[in-house]
Amino acid sequence: MTQVTMTVNGKTVSGQVEGRTLLADFLREDLRLTGTHIGCDTSQCGACIVHVNGNAIKSCTALAADLDGAEVRTIEGMANADGSLSVIQQAFQDHHGLQCGFCTPGMVMTASALLKENPKPSEVEIRAYLEGNICRCTGYHNIVKAIMAASGQDVSAIAAE
Amino acid sequence: MPKDTGIGARSKRREDIRFLTGRGAYTDNLAMQGQVHAVMVRANVAHGRIVSIDTSAAQAMPGVLAIFTGADFADVGGNPAGWLIHSRDGSPMREPKRPVLAHGKVRHVGDAYAAVVAETYEQARDAAEAVAAGTEIEELPAIVGMAGAVANADNRVHDEIPDNLCFDWGWIEDNRDAVDAAMKAAPHVTTLELVNNRLVPNAMEPRASIGEFNPGTGDYKLTTTSQNPHLTKLLVCAFVLGIPEHKLTVVAPDVGGGFGSKIYHYGEEALVLAAAKKLGRPVRWTAERSESFLTDAHGRDHVTTIEVGATLDGEILAIRTNTLANVGAYLSNFSTVTPTFLHGTLMAGPYKVPHVYVNLKAVFTNTAPVDAYRGAGRPEATYSLERAIDKMARELKLDPVAVRRKNLLTPDQFPYTTPVGLVYDVGNYQATLDKALDMADLAGFEARAAKSRAEGKLRGVGLSTWIEACGIAPSHLVGQLGSRVGLYDAATVRVGATGTIQVMTGAHSHGQGHETVFAQVVADKLGIAEAAVEIVHGDTSKIPFGMGSYGSRSLAVCGSAMDRALDKIIAKGKKIAAHMLEAAEGDITFENGSFSVAGTDKAKSFGEIAFSAYVPHNYPLETLEPGLEETAFYDPNNWTYPAGAYLCEVEIDPDTGKVTICSFTCADDFGNVMNPMVVEGQVHGGVAQGIGQALVEHTAYDENGQLLTASYMDYAMPRADDLPFYQVDHSCVTPCSHNPLGVKGCGEAGAIGSPPAVVNAVIDALHRGGMTQVSHIDMPLTPARVWAAMQV
Repeated sequence: MTQVTMTVNGKTVSGQVEGRTLLADFLREDLRLTGTHIGCDTSQCGACIVHVNGNAIKSCTALAADLDGAEVRTIEGMANADGSLSVIQQAFQDHHGLQCGFCTPGMVMTASALLKENPKPSEVEIRAYLEGNICRCTGYHNIVKAIMAASGQDVSAIAAE
Repeated sequence: MPKDTGIGARSKRREDIRFLTGRGAYTDNLAMQGQVHAVMVRANVAHGRIVSIDTSAAQAMPGVLAIFTGADFADVGGNPAGWLIHSRDGSPMREPKRPVLAHGKVRHVGDAYAAVVAETYEQARDAAEAVAAGTEIEELPAIVGMAGAVANADNRVHDEIPDNLCFDWGWIEDNRDAVDAAMKAAPHVTTLELVNNRLVPNAMEPRASIGEFNPGTGDYKLTTTSQNPHLTKLLVCAFVLGIPEHKLTVVAPDVGGGFGSKIYHYGEEALVLAAAKKLGRPVRWTAERSESFLTDAHGRDHVTTIEVGATLDGEILAIRTNTLANVGAYLSNFSTVTPTFLHGTLMAGPYKVPHVYVNLKAVFTNTAPVDAYRGAGRPEATYSLERAIDKMARELKLDPVAVRRKNLLTPDQFPYTTPVGLVYDVGNYQATLDKALDMADLAGFEARAAKSRAEGKLRGVGLSTWIEACGIAPSHLVGQLGSRVGLYDAATVRVGATGTIQVMTGAHSHGQGHETVFAQVVADKLGIAEAAVEIVHGDTSKIPFGMGSYGSRSLAVCGSAMDRALDKIIAKGKKIAAHMLEAAEGDITFENGSFSVAGTDKAKSFGEIAFSAYVPHNYPLETLEPGLEETAFYDPNNWTYPAGAYLCEVEIDPDTGKVTICSFTCADDFGNVMNPMVVEGQVHGGVAQGIGQALVEHTAYDENGQLLTASYMDYAMPRADDLPFYQVDHSCVTPCSHNPLGVKGCGEAGAIGSPPAVVNAVIDALHRGGMTQVSHIDMPLTPARVWAAMQV
């Protein structure tokens, strides 16, 4: 077992982990931050995406033991300080960008990373960036629209408002 | 002006707050005090005789608490099929036992024959590998292809079923001779052989179950990823484990998508309950994605020959289909109704067709069970029909739009009794067709096609006009057809003393947004704020006995029950108001949340009436019970019939065969719409699944029965960059004539109407590009398949 200490959503946390413990499992099982979801076992679905040192990564691809000292942000740390929804979260609600909610944490974390890199992405750029996030419910229409709206773009002309 | 609250409003979903902030209560997110972990031991061969299972090495491993094998469940019941289908000769279907754990034989890759419970997940997994290493399975030849399965009498999935045939069903058998005669006499017959490709539902949340047992009370609790907790409870209690019904609570908490695959009871649910009883500790199991691929009930998998007899000007005279339908290794709960009554009864489509006959043989194979997947039988019917009609139009050199127009039922023909046993109550199929053609700017197609040609691409447009039967279903009718359950639903409306409301529904939301939409309906009817209404679902200890959510039934059936319960609330409220206002009950009206005496300004608000019901000081106690809580069960007297027209425009890159969806247009008639935003979201998702089926998704077993597509590396899920923005309209409304809300259901439409529109568009593009020899390509229309077809 290895001792790891990291900052998760602004709080310092530590724990004992096995060498094989994935960050996703450390977050879910040890820290009980279950908003990070596990939807596959091949790092394809993107439900487990979190930010590590500012970069969006699939937390099923990182070993917790490797992340001593890291700064981690999860879906639980995405709302505004007063608990209200952040701009991206609010856009997902406003534009019905989620249905069952299972892929949603990963979608929000990915969208946040995208808008940091590219504050006004085009539809094509958004769709390309979401390539590592699978959603089975929405057909992506309203996810793409929500991200465009969150970036301040006028989405009123997009079909099926 | 669009409404901002109540029925018809685009109310934002209240459930989103918890999902967007990481607070969803999905089964695997729940931690139980003292919990331990189960891992299933699964067959790695498709067909084999279990020679021996030596668990001693696993038993001695750290943390191992219990190991179960099929022998431990040999004396309990099997997981039954929900419908008894009879073959054409009148004999009942073959119905092999589906045990909790495989015993004697394993019948598909992934078939669980043992389970390990240990203190930690890792320990259980390590020990499961040791059990597998200690197991000897004599591999038998795998039965994979359906045609081979029925032809080979010596190789049997179930030893007692000689030809691997579950049933040979004719619908309607009495139509058969007339159809044969009409087909023979038809001036033109179009024949099309097609495969409706097998799909893996792939709800993003893998299945998970937690069993608990309280030795002090003898109470069991199952928390599980279910679309219908009461049905799961009934199956576990009455058929599988024999737990007294009042001693088991089933909770389906937040469920991350279902699409059919979470309707059914699975062996893991019984296993965690039995293990919890044995160990006295909560036992949890969560599927890995690869386990979901191997063991969730799959969808579709039909091989069909369809014939359409027609006049030379495209009037349909007769339809005949012959289908082999894969049911996999065991009968999943609705596997027998899906290819039969959910498929054959839709084979007339939205058309006036005098003669229809459907023959379907259901076949056992050494593959995962196949059952209802979004649309369930209706996509298979629609695909066969809409592809065949397109082919017929092409053969007769007729416009596919004109051929459909010629055959569509007209509004004056309802109610219409089809030759396959349904009575369509209402519809306007021309309206949705016109709407779709207009939205898609079909008039501008030639210009767009010219532009594509200039860029070296082929462009095509494809249409489907579809209908489905939803709002499942009238119990007396389904009972006659072999259903072993009723298909009513139920709701309890509990008004609190302060006038806020809880509604307990039999319907279960696993993404549909019931918590928001049902509250809109209640708020509208009672004239109160949506925020004063809470929808409670998913916990059998709280909700009345309802049948859950599938078949686009939630609003049409459970919503109707809720509406009836609200009527009872209002009726009782009038009695209370009459007493308080010293008026005759018949003079009390209820409007906008107020009970008033007609023609006066005397009134009591809904809140005042609620308060009086619980603090009955000025109350007619001699004739009326206190309290304000009502339950209604609603059994529909017909199916509902959503219908619509879908247009797909594609571009093909002739160098690669890659198909790009340029636009996808849906004009649907769902009857009255409660929340347009939610309805549009349902269509978007359904269309994406339909496009997925048409272009990328495919479930492939090799000849040994190994699932080649058992991960997201191998099974292509549609991604954001495979799909366009969709154009969705639901303004053509013919309200359902027989339920109180006039709703028809919208959950499956997208997945039903879209696959043939996509394939028709691809064939159209090839024909316009001069490749008129290509009459059909089987789904999925991958670049490889399209390119290969172009080379012929």
